[in-house]
Amino acid sequence: MGVRYFGAKVLRSEDPRLVTGHGRYVDDIDLPGLLHAAFVRSEHAHARLRGIDTEAAKAMPGVHAVMTADDLGAAYADKPMVPVYPSPLVKQQILPTALAKNEVNYVGQPVVLVVAASRSLAEDAATRVVVDYEPLPAIVDCRKALDAGAPRAHGDSPNNLVAELANAFGDIAAAFADAPHIFACEFRQHRGGCHAMECRGVIASDDPYNDGLTVYTSTQAPYLVRKGLSRWLEDDENRVRVVAPDVGGGFGPKAGIYVEELVIPLAARILGRPVKWIEDRREHFTATNQQGDQWWSLEVATESDGKIRGVRGRVMCDSGAFVPYGLLLPFTTRNLLPGPYAVPALDVKLDVVFTNTTCNSPVRGAGRPNSAYAMERMIETVARELKLDTVEVRRRNFIGADQFPYQPGHKLPNGAPVTYDSGDFHGCLDKVLDLADFAGFKERQAAARREGRYIGIGVSSCIEDTGLLPFEGATVRVQPSGRVMIQTGAASQGQGHGTACAQIVADELGVEIEDIVYQSADTGTFPHGVGTVGSRIAVTLGTAVHGAAVGVRKKALALASMLLQTPEEELELEGGVARVKSAPGTAVALKDMAHQLAPLTGTPLPKGFSPGLESTSYDGPTGLAYASGSNIAEVEVDIGTGEVKVLRYSVAHDCGRMINPLLVEGQIIGGVVHGIGNALFERMHYDDGGQPLSTNYGEYLLPLATEMPRIDVTHQETPSPANPLGVKGAGEGGTMPAANAIIAAIEDALEPWGIVINDYPAEPQRICELLDAAGAPSSG
Amino acid sequence: MEPLSVTVTVNGQDHTADVEPRMHLGDFLRTVARKTGTHLGCEHGVCGACTVIVDGDAVRSCLMLAVQANGKSVTTIEGLASGTELHPVQQAFRDQHALQCGFCTPGMIVSLTAYLKKNPDADEAEIRKAISGNICRCTGYQGIVAAGLQAAKAMRTEG
Repeated sequence: MGVRYFGAKVLRSEDPRLVTGHGRYVDDIDLPGLLHAAFVRSEHAHARLRGIDTEAAKAMPGVHAVMTADDLGAAYADKPMVPVYPSPLVKQQILPTALAKNEVNYVGQPVVLVVAASRSLAEDAATRVVVDYEPLPAIVDCRKALDAGAPRAHGDSPNNLVAELANAFGDIAAAFADAPHIFACEFRQHRGGCHAMECRGVIASDDPYNDGLTVYTSTQAPYLVRKGLSRWLEDDENRVRVVAPDVGGGFGPKAGIYVEELVIPLAARILGRPVKWIEDRREHFTATNQQGDQWWSLEVATESDGKIRGVRGRVMCDSGAFVPYGLLLPFTTRNLLPGPYAVPALDVKLDVVFTNTTCNSPVRGAGRPNSAYAMERMIETVARELKLDTVEVRRRNFIGADQFPYQPGHKLPNGAPVTYDSGDFHGCLDKVLDLADFAGFKERQAAARREGRYIGIGVSSCIEDTGLLPFEGATVRVQPSGRVMIQTGAASQGQGHGTACAQIVADELGVEIEDIVYQSADTGTFPHGVGTVGSRIAVTLGTAVHGAAVGVRKKALALASMLLQTPEEELELEGGVARVKSAPGTAVALKDMAHQLAPLTGTPLPKGFSPGLESTSYDGPTGLAYASGSNIAEVEVDIGTGEVKVLRYSVAHDCGRMINPLLVEGQIIGGVVHGIGNALFERMHYDDGGQPLSTNYGEYLLPLATEMPRIDVTHQETPSPANPLGVKGAGEGGTMPAANAIIAAIEDALEPWGIVINDYPAEPQRICELLDAAGAPSSG
Repeated sequence: MEPLSVTVTVNGQDHTADVEPRMHLGDFLRTVARKTGTHLGCEHGVCGACTVIVDGDAVRSCLMLAVQANGKSVTTIEGLASGTELHPVQQAFRDQHALQCGFCTPGMIVSLTAYLKKNPDADEAEIRKAISGNICRCTGYQGIVAAGLQAAKAMRTEG
């Protein structure tokens, strides 16, 4: 056996189906007797429900049911969804009921379910439902949520406080007491929604032949949906099968459970017919969770050489109307401070508050892009104020390659000290400086200035805690056909898990990648799973698949040793057979051994062997794997229009050993573009009353091919010692540093006017305002 | 309104049905012709996921009514490959890792196929412009642009 696939740019096994239109997304599934659902959603950010008149809707043609909360039955009418991301630090665990009953708390909240023979008939009938609302004051700006007299997001709660978190270590008072310099910085971070190209969707069937519900849903976490749904229904998990078919992008918000995933299965059970609900794009803008704003106020204390002594401050975190994701977002923000920097003392408090806006969830990177941006803003501020080179300030503050494992000083929520496993931040920075020709930039900038063009460069660094606990699992089984099946619970939304896992198994078993089949994300075929979030799958699933493949390998060699009467150490697995290394013609095929280990009646199993040429593993990493990276953006700013053009973008990234560089680069480049979108384009607007103002792609701008630069990527491989493959996650490390790279580059371009941007997104009108205020020419 | 009878030729095969005048072509393709490779991403004509070829032109099937397609010939993503042999654009998408989740992919491939047929000498900037009406959230477009260039070369060679 040799390593043939691990580390190679293997083309994806998933693609032939997807490029020919044979994907199986949730809306592609049809079932006999299928009915279609539409929701009546709240038109108010905050209102009391005084009454609902469904009579006209019920009389519409093709309508099978019009259900209010009370129509769901006494057991479910008042029952909030089950917390699937619980935390003892949540002070007010306010979760929505399946349909709003007494009060609505954001525009888009489901109030009435309409089920009809087709989606269009369901939508027709939905327009005939009359809901009598009594509007209530809404809290929209999270900065005011804790003010005395602020409107309360929920009528019956004492205040808007969800939780108070902190990240504090070291002697912060001493760090600031005699600091040569103290600088302050305030900024807003706005990341908008996920905007997976496939909206959400659910099909539920209460199958009388199968004794239970089958739920197809566009999710990143089918096991979490199973848990949340079965607990809400108070039913056994064996009666709730949840399947994630092909999923058209997730990026975070599809990793929770939604009320639609409760009410559609319940409706299918009540009506005795399968029911399908496919979210439309407008619903996606209001009803799919978004990443709430964070408002940061920070101070940094430094030595005269730019070395950071301490960082302190406060963050206001908008949680939206409910807490379906618990504190995942503020925690991922908190845990990643102070990033790649050796900061001796830290004291940052995070206040998490309710508002009457769409619920909060992680979006690609979760809170990590926020904490990365915050630390990078500190670096930019220090460099600007002390007139130092930003690269040099990073170098002086980076944790050294010889300091790993490194413990910044804070603890994870489970009490374990945060421990960075490995890395070389200086090395990664040097790589990206070369890639971007950073040294030559001053000359490029001077040449551009002579032409009246304003170009700038921005550097940004980050770390990412990947491979979140607790586990994923995998079974690897050689089938009697000879094809090897990998079964796992982990759902894919396009990351190419099937290909990466097949690479690991093919190397271990000496088979071709074409001989491997991959099944995942069906709670009916694999018992346990967690979810695809936080760049955790390569680490957790990779380790489990490797463990299962090693198990099969050992079993195959043991049986072959018996059959070929040759010691195991003289055997190898190659070409689908176990063979004698010195006499390759003496061999036994894996498929024949699979037959022998799954005999029919009357045939004994080989002595000492359990059935099946298979193995199941839940092996996991011993700790988090910290990926890292440094990015450089080069931009041109049109000082007349405020338009920012990204000229080039360079990435040096370290995700340990790469299973498949093709997939890694796909993740990084996609992640960078998401981050550029956050920095320049994406803004979810609400008016003062909580009405969303950007609910289509004319009003909410996503990055397009014409706006994106060439993105060059180089890799550094610092293996993680915390898992047997040495891998680290790669799904979000592109997004995390991007916002600061772009913002810093714009600031550099506009340096003649000393413009500091800080907030993102930096839209053209804001850049023009800043130029006007600074008295720049030709900006009016 | 009363349903109207329409016949649309989809990938060479006629599909006749009585449909509501308000049904858009995307829904016709997905629910009547059962060609589910055409995806609906926004249904307001921006994302491009639902792009199909109608009588040679790339069209957003969410912005065209099924009744407007009566008598016309539509090619969807399912109609591009010849048997098991992928169309050069499809092959290039795989070779260049131009897709991840695959949801925008049919629209991207169809848009590029229609464009490259008329513009086989397209350069990178032109290809970026050609797909600027198609949104991809996964890839950052780089692989898609590379696939466009590879496919253009292949289609030039094929003549």
